[in-house]
Amino acid sequence: MALATLIEGPADTPNLLPGAKLLIRPGLPAMGSLGDAELDRVVARDSEGELASGLTSTRHYGAHGEAREEAVRIFVESFAPPPRMVIFGAVDFTAALVRAAKLLGYRVTVCDARPVFATTQRFPLADDVVNDWPDRHLSVVGPSLGASDVICVLTHDPKFDVPAIVSAVATNAGYIGAMGSRKTTDKRNVRLREAGLTDEQVERVMGPIGIDIGARTPEETAISIVAEIIALRTGRPVASLRDTDGALHRR
Amino acid sequence: MREVINDIERWRKAGKRVAIARVVDVEGSGPRDPGATMVVNDAGEVAGSVSGGCVEGAVLMEALSVLEGTRQPGVITFGYSDDEAFAVGLTCGGTLHLFIEELNW
Repeated sequence: MALATLIEGPADTPNLLPGAKLLIRPGLPAMGSLGDAELDRVVARDSEGELASGLTSTRHYGAHGEAREEAVRIFVESFAPPPRMVIFGAVDFTAALVRAAKLLGYRVTVCDARPVFATTQRFPLADDVVNDWPDRHLSVVGPSLGASDVICVLTHDPKFDVPAIVSAVATNAGYIGAMGSRKTTDKRNVRLREAGLTDEQVERVMGPIGIDIGARTPEETAISIVAEIIALRTGRPVASLRDTDGALHRR
Repeated sequence: MREVINDIERWRKAGKRVAIARVVDVEGSGPRDPGATMVVNDAGEVAGSVSGGCVEGAVLMEALSVLEGTRQPGVITFGYSDDEAFAVGLTCGGTLHLFIEELNW
């Protein structure tokens, strides 16, 4: 939903008071009023657009919602659901990555086919711990993933990670990363092509996962992964391990 | 706003009145984006933030004025580039516009 607040209005118009509010819910009638029915209608229409892109900003209108006028200023705050991170593989690195992801506000799912490892006791901060095969889980949640959502494949076991990545590249997730050494990554890329992925699809996968900061511990690796996720979203050039060569860890 | 919801609920349950300041616009370099929120209750307690600690003290005073009824809800601007700017500024050189009001919704 989006909340529109009138923050400045013309001094001679007593119905347009600072603090007036309109709550916009997609597919439902708006609640409240900014003080003018036509202004309400225009702001509700524009806010649905802002909501789709998760934008929070101030817009200008005329007293009755006219575009290109500046009589009133409306602050529109979008309340989009938090972005999601789906982590495949319930390993030590997963616990650290869950913590880093929660720090950044992700809704985190840990998925592993092995019930002994995929437990809420091991990942108390995860929002969901799912006992399932990665490809089966993605067949359920994959279609709802979008550009702000991320998939991290930490299994580094071809039995799990090839089907997981094949399903991941079928989603619209904004980031897909896969853990493993350079040797593991090379072998996996061969298997992914054998499984029918195009070069373009294989190149979408950040592997070895993370940026080149010499991370060694699970916690340091988690920082290198979330840093890569941020940089990919903002389009800043960073030394991703996928694009560098040499040892992953400092010796 | 999400990060201060729990504080707002706790204060309201305790019968406190609350003022809310939200960043509505940032020009130039600014530490927080539109939507950053700070709340103040009538006992002078604070949650959340709207800058990197540069203007929170001044916002607290404005928020208390709103709760006392000596200030109407409205926009306040911080920054060197604005003629009507408060004495308090942002060291990063940007201009910050906040909307401040009593939280009665």
